[in-house]
Amino acid sequence: MPDTILMPAGHVRLGSNAGQPMTRRDGIAKVTGAATYAADNRPDRLLYAVYASAGIARGRVAKLDVDTARAHPGVVEVYTPENRPALEQDPDEKFHMFAWRTEALQNDSVRYANQPVALVVAETLEAATEGARLLSPEYEEQPARIGFDNGEIYEPGSTGIGGAVTFSKGDIEAGRKAAVRTTETHIDTPLQYHNAMEPHAAVAEWDGDLLTLDCPNQALVMARDMFAKYFGIPGENITLRSPYLGGGFGSKAIPIGPYILAILAARELDRPVKIALRRDQMFGPVGHRGGTRQVVKLGTNADGQLTALEHNATSTTSSFDEFIEGAGNASHNLYASPAISTAHKGVRMDTGTPGPMRAPGEASGSAALECAMDEAAEAAGLDPLEFRLRNYSETDPASGKPFSSKALRECYAEGAKRFGWATRPLEPGTMRDENGHLVGWGVGTSLFPAPMFQALATATLRADGTATVATGGVDMGQGAWTALAQIAADGLGLPAERVEFLAGTSLQPDGGVAGGSGHTATAGGALFAAGSDAIRQLAELATNDPDSPLFGAGNAGVEARDGRLCAADDDSRSEAYEDILARAGLTALEGSGTGGRDPSIGEQWAMFSHGAVFAEVKVDPELYQIRVTRLVGAFAAGRIINPKLAQSQLTGGMIWGLSSALHEEGIHDLRSGRLVNGDFAGYHIPVNADAPSVEALLIDEEDPYVNTLGVKGVGELGITGTVGAIANAVWHATGTRVRSFPIHISALLK
Amino acid sequence: MNLFDYVRPASLSEAIAAGSKPGAAYLAGGTNLLDLMKAGVAHPGKVVDITRLPGLDRIETLSDGSTRIGAMVRNSDLARDPSFAASFPAVAEALLSGASAQLRNAATVGGNLMQRTRCPYFYDPNSACNRRESGAGCDAIGGETHSHAVLGWTETCIATHPSDFCVPLAALDAVVEMEGPDGTRDVPLADFHMLPDETSPGGADLKPGEIITALRLPAEAAAFAGNSRYLKLRERTSYAFALVSAAAMLRMDGDTIAEAHIALGAVAAKPWRASAAEELLNGATPDAETFARAAEAALDGARPSGDNAHKIDLAKRVLTRALTQAAAGTPDRMPALPASVFASVNGASAHA
Repeated sequence: MPDTILMPAGHVRLGSNAGQPMTRRDGIAKVTGAATYAADNRPDRLLYAVYASAGIARGRVAKLDVDTARAHPGVVEVYTPENRPALEQDPDEKFHMFAWRTEALQNDSVRYANQPVALVVAETLEAATEGARLLSPEYEEQPARIGFDNGEIYEPGSTGIGGAVTFSKGDIEAGRKAAVRTTETHIDTPLQYHNAMEPHAAVAEWDGDLLTLDCPNQALVMARDMFAKYFGIPGENITLRSPYLGGGFGSKAIPIGPYILAILAARELDRPVKIALRRDQMFGPVGHRGGTRQVVKLGTNADGQLTALEHNATSTTSSFDEFIEGAGNASHNLYASPAISTAHKGVRMDTGTPGPMRAPGEASGSAALECAMDEAAEAAGLDPLEFRLRNYSETDPASGKPFSSKALRECYAEGAKRFGWATRPLEPGTMRDENGHLVGWGVGTSLFPAPMFQALATATLRADGTATVATGGVDMGQGAWTALAQIAADGLGLPAERVEFLAGTSLQPDGGVAGGSGHTATAGGALFAAGSDAIRQLAELATNDPDSPLFGAGNAGVEARDGRLCAADDDSRSEAYEDILARAGLTALEGSGTGGRDPSIGEQWAMFSHGAVFAEVKVDPELYQIRVTRLVGAFAAGRIINPKLAQSQLTGGMIWGLSSALHEEGIHDLRSGRLVNGDFAGYHIPVNADAPSVEALLIDEEDPYVNTLGVKGVGELGITGTVGAIANAVWHATGTRVRSFPIHISALLK
Repeated sequence: MNLFDYVRPASLSEAIAAGSKPGAAYLAGGTNLLDLMKAGVAHPGKVVDITRLPGLDRIETLSDGSTRIGAMVRNSDLARDPSFAASFPAVAEALLSGASAQLRNAATVGGNLMQRTRCPYFYDPNSACNRRESGAGCDAIGGETHSHAVLGWTETCIATHPSDFCVPLAALDAVVEMEGPDGTRDVPLADFHMLPDETSPGGADLKPGEIITALRLPAEAAAFAGNSRYLKLRERTSYAFALVSAAAMLRMDGDTIAEAHIALGAVAAKPWRASAAEELLNGATPDAETFARAAEAALDGARPSGDNAHKIDLAKRVLTRALTQAAAGTPDRMPALPASVFASVNGASAHA
């Protein structure tokens, strides 16, 4: 795409900094320990809060031994539903689109295992921890409802956040009739618990009715305002600081009960309070990915083209709130079919409420769809890549709209070439390596929407030719501090090292949500616009100033390059920013900008990132241990701001997909409802040895429509496609189609 | 965790005196005890730190040719000791297949023997567990039993012993040296971990105050060095407990097996010495059919303790493979993925 974006009165170029594989700016701080995460804050007079976790999944707390806990040396206060100070906001009310019902000791009920049932505040972490243990809760227990067969199935109100529950296009009945063959694929996916390296933590300190809150958060201003509701203060009274996050993955946007209780304790005790969840506490009150039970029915004609695509999913949610993993929605926008029908049901279980976990809906849905496509390819006697190409959709299957851009064909071609797909035999179980291991190759298609949210930014040019830009953006490890700074520098026509980049607190202009793979596009868009606004003002000064070499150049325009404004039609006429400002007698010049999308764009275009993932697995022919020996993904996501970070995001996503395919699973005891693997020894995620070769290719894609920057997202894309590719490779190696994720050794044993 | 006294004795006798008090626990690498304390499973009133005791961190050859390993030798140090690894390659392989590099650097020989089961019901104070509280019952039965015992279990306890290290040790007739208030005592490793019976959940044969001081491998054990393997089947390539594992060691006499030593891991509450299988192999020719018969014999009497019948089948397959690998000879170099089914041929990169 053109690397110059036209802006009124002044041109700024995207491409001097953006597009470069700049090294992570916060990398050294992170690896040396200089980066302060929330729990690293230790204000004077700090108290430590630890909550007691429910040992049952359903019922009520009948007794807490508060006296013993209170008597433990170092314990300062014990909060239970009996003495918990009032909150201005009912934690059971859905007062915001992103408000989850949460537990802040509003009553003695227990609705899932590991729910907070009391908070102990003490002078030391050890005292608080032991105080919580000494509470020795006794319960009135009711039978837990856990597992697909034990929960109540119901018609949900929405999928994800506000998504539709059902969708249909075309005549499914006619599509079924037109099919020469039909396949029906059943896929179960388990509950998964996001476990960021940094568990949830908060340090709360009040000064009158002003609150400073150090807390990892993916949506600073939104969360700030939600916190404020609980305490009846204006949002501006809260300074939420989140300079570094050790991962978020969707679990760190929303205020949760433990935070609210810690803030409350800090106010009541008039001392700063820290709460940091233990690893086992990450399995409960901070969200998870709901399990799904999916059925995908595909009808195909004699040419291997889909005639009907039906994707139904039942997704687990809690007994008291709703978040439905919209798995069926993954079938709306990918493969061409004259008839598409999807529907969701919910099943209520005694767990915490699920929430957005990296590619919510897309990850589970893609797994089932890609397995189904593989099975249909097999039935049609076609190579699975060829089958996908025969069902390539030139326009959005759901809406019929054109894609703003879609380089998926190139992804298939480049990925297949790099992987060596062409030599793949059609029959399963026919490839062996030099050690006698079964070898299988599988493919899956990646698809993720390119949404935008709302963001604000400012850009201030200073008299010395440097600049400060600010947006309340969030670096949760994805590299926003680097990629956003690159965009901001281009917006100002400055080298990155001359731009001070401020982000990570609610004091800056609202940077929106770091989620939905839309942060770079949205906050980046705001930063670029803010810089452009400053340059526009600077250009006006120069072109109207008879003493400037650029006087009168306004008609042809000026370009901002490397700290100078240049006449667009005459390179010999240029002036440094500092000279323009000095003559104008200005010490600084501030621009502002917004990021967001004109709704009319969405009416015209379907906007998605695409990719193709190729997987090689090896399976021991007798012992059935599985190893993913190669993953090659090729992805098209519009303009890539920083190829190094984008590749890191994409390979991370592919490894996340590997984790879904082979490892991750929250296992509950069906009788007690308690998790039996709530730690990193039991809850498997891949180790390095599980992912020996993971490669992400970036495919060029110009998108003149998606947004000003031409940027889509890469945060979640890599997960989609990968799960199915691996399962399909396992089939290709063994001839066994496993219907339940993760794939265990015992499922292949025969 | 509870408040506790922390003492760091200067001598073994001081340690034993401190450790003999009710509620005392010895702390070595801490890779298991501290987890148990954090989980609220162990609540020692006194933690006796034995990491600085002198003389417990040596690997030495005794006059009778046996090898003596001090209880405080770290797992990684033992596995990387060239002489030890050459004499007992399957032990080294087992050590390197366990846990992670960081844990192996901390974990000790004595602590490895003393580690508790990873049965999730043992770790969950809200579940009934006879191992945690005698007579409480066993919530594992009828629960999540994918990885529980298939040999030697009773209704009292269906847990497994998690160690990799102990599996080849049991096969090689290792002896545990202990010292306590009543003096020193030797126990064969194969008897050190006691199986559950109708009333007792079993556990380590260690009396109050007793401390493991060393582990001895008899001189004869080195005779298996040329044909020794440990194979560990797991659901993740590294950093995972075994689904099942096997140590297979053969002393060859030309093309005949002169003597076989075999043990299975993760199938019972102790490393499971498979004597019947050994007898079947002694004097036999190493071929697939013989190995298959040996595997059948090793699992004789196995029965699922829940949803884990697959472990019986897998244990036979793993043992058969381990025997096949042992017969092919110990690799010249430690495989890059020790004990893994994906251990590549000698010298090749594990990350091809």
